[in-house]
Amino acid sequence: MDPVLENLDLFWGGFVRSLGIVLWAFAGSMVLGTALAVCRVSPVPVLRAVGTGYVAVVRNTPLTVVLFLFAFGIPALQVNASFYVFGVAGLVVYTAAFVCEAIRSGINAVAPGQAEAARAIGLTFGQTLTQVVLPQAVRTVVPPLGNVQIAMVKNSAVVGAFGVGGELFSVATRLTSAQGEPRLPVYLGVAAFFLLITLPAGALLARTEQRLAVAR
Amino acid sequence: MGTTAAEQPLVVARGVVKRFGDHAALKGVDLTVHRGEVVVVIGPSGSGKSTLCRTLNRLETVDGGTIEIDGQPLPAEGRELARLRADVGMVFQSFNLFAHKTVLENVTLGPVKVRRQPRAKAEQRARELLDRVGVGSQAEKLPAQLSGGQQQRVAIARALAMDPKVMLFDEPTSALDPEMINEVLDVMTGLAKDGMTMVVVTHEMGFARRAADRVVFMADGEVAEVAEPEAFFTAPSSRRAQDFLSKLLTH
Repeated sequence: MDPVLENLDLFWGGFVRSLGIVLWAFAGSMVLGTALAVCRVSPVPVLRAVGTGYVAVVRNTPLTVVLFLFAFGIPALQVNASFYVFGVAGLVVYTAAFVCEAIRSGINAVAPGQAEAARAIGLTFGQTLTQVVLPQAVRTVVPPLGNVQIAMVKNSAVVGAFGVGGELFSVATRLTSAQGEPRLPVYLGVAAFFLLITLPAGALLARTEQRLAVAR
Repeated sequence: MGTTAAEQPLVVARGVVKRFGDHAALKGVDLTVHRGEVVVVIGPSGSGKSTLCRTLNRLETVDGGTIEIDGQPLPAEGRELARLRADVGMVFQSFNLFAHKTVLENVTLGPVKVRRQPRAKAEQRARELLDRVGVGSQAEKLPAQLSGGQQQRVAIARALAMDPKVMLFDEPTSALDPEMINEVLDVMTGLAKDGMTMVVVTHEMGFARRAADRVVFMADGEVAEVAEPEAFFTAPSSRRAQDFLSKLLTH
């Protein structure tokens, strides 16, 4: 494991950079995904169509294609930003489709009578969602949402391959290609640092699930 | 100024049609409910009585006909509809208390979020209503910790907290164990005596006889007979009502 131990500072820098991508993508995909889920259950046909269309297109497009579009397609439209921004944006757009479906499954798992009772006392659609349906949906949504976000963490490695630079995958490429370090230990090192993100995330999920279960 | 507000009927449904696919659940139903009146809707399963009840606050959309509440046609969607629903209380067969909120929060949610009442005022009123329906001591519990009869009484308090013009009861005792039916019916009888305008879909013939001003008998998606309870139960005029009542009496 010498190549890893000798370059620990590089790995650590890559880890921090990767963590940044992951946190941005998490926040962005949760916001966009929730908005899409609300669209999909809204009484307005246009919004429903937007949500359904988004999921149909984005969920069925390979991540690498989405990232190519962001990294090389959008700059062709004279929109300029760093690869980092495009990479995160691509990951947000891609992950949001899955977040949307996970949240929608949770909304559908709430007994229909709950929303009917909410509407019957005069709550608007937005109030019905925020006061009655979503707080109950959260409980069933944690495990599937956890799956989606852990997949996102791993997908962030693909974002690295699009030249974001400095994050874990780029560190590996630099060490193996430019400095000729042996590949096996380097990639094992990358895997270990990714586990440093995903394992605590998994533990956090389990705790969240437990806490919400008690509140039921 | 033609008719005064007091003379104008509170609920007017004309020619209401509702289809579920090929099945016509309501085939042109008329219903008029006056202020302070208690109308009990009875009929065999599948006669459309629950569907009719749910169209009155548009939980069920209609395919034909018109519905007016207090002289206003039911709005199709959005804030207008929400505002109107706030004036129409509804009690469901399956209670539908908000499972994640305490009993007290269930009752205050509407007044605070819809009527914009200060929380303290809403809570004070909620406790009064919970006392009135006999579950005042359960205010801090979650719905799942209550019996069915208690839950249904909380649901009635929740509807009352909005000071509704009319209350709709959609088979309020059908999901209850026999020993809990009376505690709910007692609350409803009390409301009727206090002059609440009520539309009650039920299988409780005793309640219909005791509390109704009029009985509406439905069969196959149509109103087959409208009569005062005494006349209806002693001498029903329609053939289908006679059949229905004779089946009840054999048990």
